[in-house]
Amino acid sequence: MAAPARPSLGVITKRYVPAALIFVAGIALWELFVVVFGIKGFLLPRPSRIATTFVAEFTVVVPAGWFTMREAMGGFVMGSVFGVLIALTTARWTVVKDGLMPFAIAVNATPIIALAPIMNNWFGITNPMAKMSIVAVIVFFPVMINMVRGLTEVESRQIELMQSYASTPRELLLKVRVPNALPYLFSALKVGTTLSVIAAIVSEYFGGSRDALGIYISQQASLFHFAEAWAAILVASFSGIVFYLLVSLVERAVMPWHSSIRNVAGT
Amino acid sequence: MSPAPAVAIEGVSKVFNEGTTGQVEALGEIDLVVQPGEFISLIGPSGCGKSTLLRLIGNLLDPSKGQVTVAGKPANQARLDREYGMVFQQATLYEWRSVTRNVQLPLEIMGRDKSEREQRADTMLELVRLTEFKHHFPWQLSGGMQQRVAIARALSFEPSILLMDEPFGALDEMTRERMQAEVLDIWSKTGTTVVFVTHSIPEAVFLSTRVVVMSPRPGKIADVIEIDLPQPRSEDTREADRFYEKLTEVREALRGVETP
Repeated sequence: MAAPARPSLGVITKRYVPAALIFVAGIALWELFVVVFGIKGFLLPRPSRIATTFVAEFTVVVPAGWFTMREAMGGFVMGSVFGVLIALTTARWTVVKDGLMPFAIAVNATPIIALAPIMNNWFGITNPMAKMSIVAVIVFFPVMINMVRGLTEVESRQIELMQSYASTPRELLLKVRVPNALPYLFSALKVGTTLSVIAAIVSEYFGGSRDALGIYISQQASLFHFAEAWAAILVASFSGIVFYLLVSLVERAVMPWHSSIRNVAGT
Repeated sequence: MSPAPAVAIEGVSKVFNEGTTGQVEALGEIDLVVQPGEFISLIGPSGCGKSTLLRLIGNLLDPSKGQVTVAGKPANQARLDREYGMVFQQATLYEWRSVTRNVQLPLEIMGRDKSEREQRADTMLELVRLTEFKHHFPWQLSGGMQQRVAIARALSFEPSILLMDEPFGALDEMTRERMQAEVLDIWSKTGTTVVFVTHSIPEAVFLSTRVVVMSPRPGKIADVIEIDLPQPRSEDTREADRFYEKLTEVREALRGVETP
């Protein structure tokens, strides 16, 4: 395979050192700011305080994070699978697309998270399905809309070529439209990872199982235990980042040819 | 009995958006016969319908009136029988496929088995001198190399007619002249009939056995010029006096069709 050469150690250092420096400097500034100005701990805890709380609360916040991530990932899988399937039917029957897309775009623009109390009512407040369904709906629309776009926005010449080979509509779909849609799909999936974590946590704020991270955050905050709340937020953002990276890894494996990936590899 | 002409166009016209306010008469009353093994260039100012005519031959468009017959059958049947290889100005490679898998695509659609496809792709890539790039992806190739892949792909299934729509229009002059020589070489080796759309007078004269000069609004054939330069053509052809005479002849024919 003619894969691009791996970047050297020097190149890697050059690429990551600035970000690492800024991260460390940011944490140091935060710490300094809280100490120098005497900010009250319940307004903004020091990073060192959050770190020690995180260690102390480890056995609570990490399982809570895992509980919430399972809701997020479960809803993500449901929403994206359904989104892709509906998009594929629109490629097959344009009637579906013309009938569905205006509503999809309209629903996508509404704050679906507002449905969380209703879902709690439908599925029962401690049932993870209540949260997963919110996540699924939130992920579904961008995935479906982007996938439809990817399936339709094919260069006309690429279609003409397939016509000149006398291809069947099925071959055109599988060999041109679907691969063409992959970059669109993955950009929606990557947005979906972040959305799904947000949706899971925020819908937990409306009530749910005591094992959930969102419940933990809202309870600790109501008790003015802000270091605990921040420690839980740390878990949430770390899980969100890992989820994003997982999907990015799948993306690299599925479409190593795409420009978004070769730019990362080449610089 | 002589074999059926490669292409026979009879009384063909094309109107876009017929019956609406956006109605455009792209082509009016075209008659043209291309014999097997000919290299025909279509040349003319923008809007003369040369690309439209090419798409009518390739059955990517249907004529509003008239008939297109290719290899003795209606254009639609010819397309279903895979008589056409198409090459556009942009190489139009599928970026998710490696070079060899791009060349194999038409064969995949025709249901040829894997070993035959690979063998065929190897032969074609050798013909366009890209063997060592077979596992590269399109983005790793220069514009000229991409276009050579497109040509290899168009010829991979041995179509009886090669349709080229300004294939070298996006290339620099040096690459362009090299590609012209390469296409002539392939043409003489494969005996494929070629219909070639171009903006360039020297390109048309250097490549063709006949140059079809078209006039715009609506597109019509203004003149057909026989290019009787000796075969095979080489870089020396470009410096022959006869070449210049033919350039002048085509240029004057084009000047006659320019719209005021």
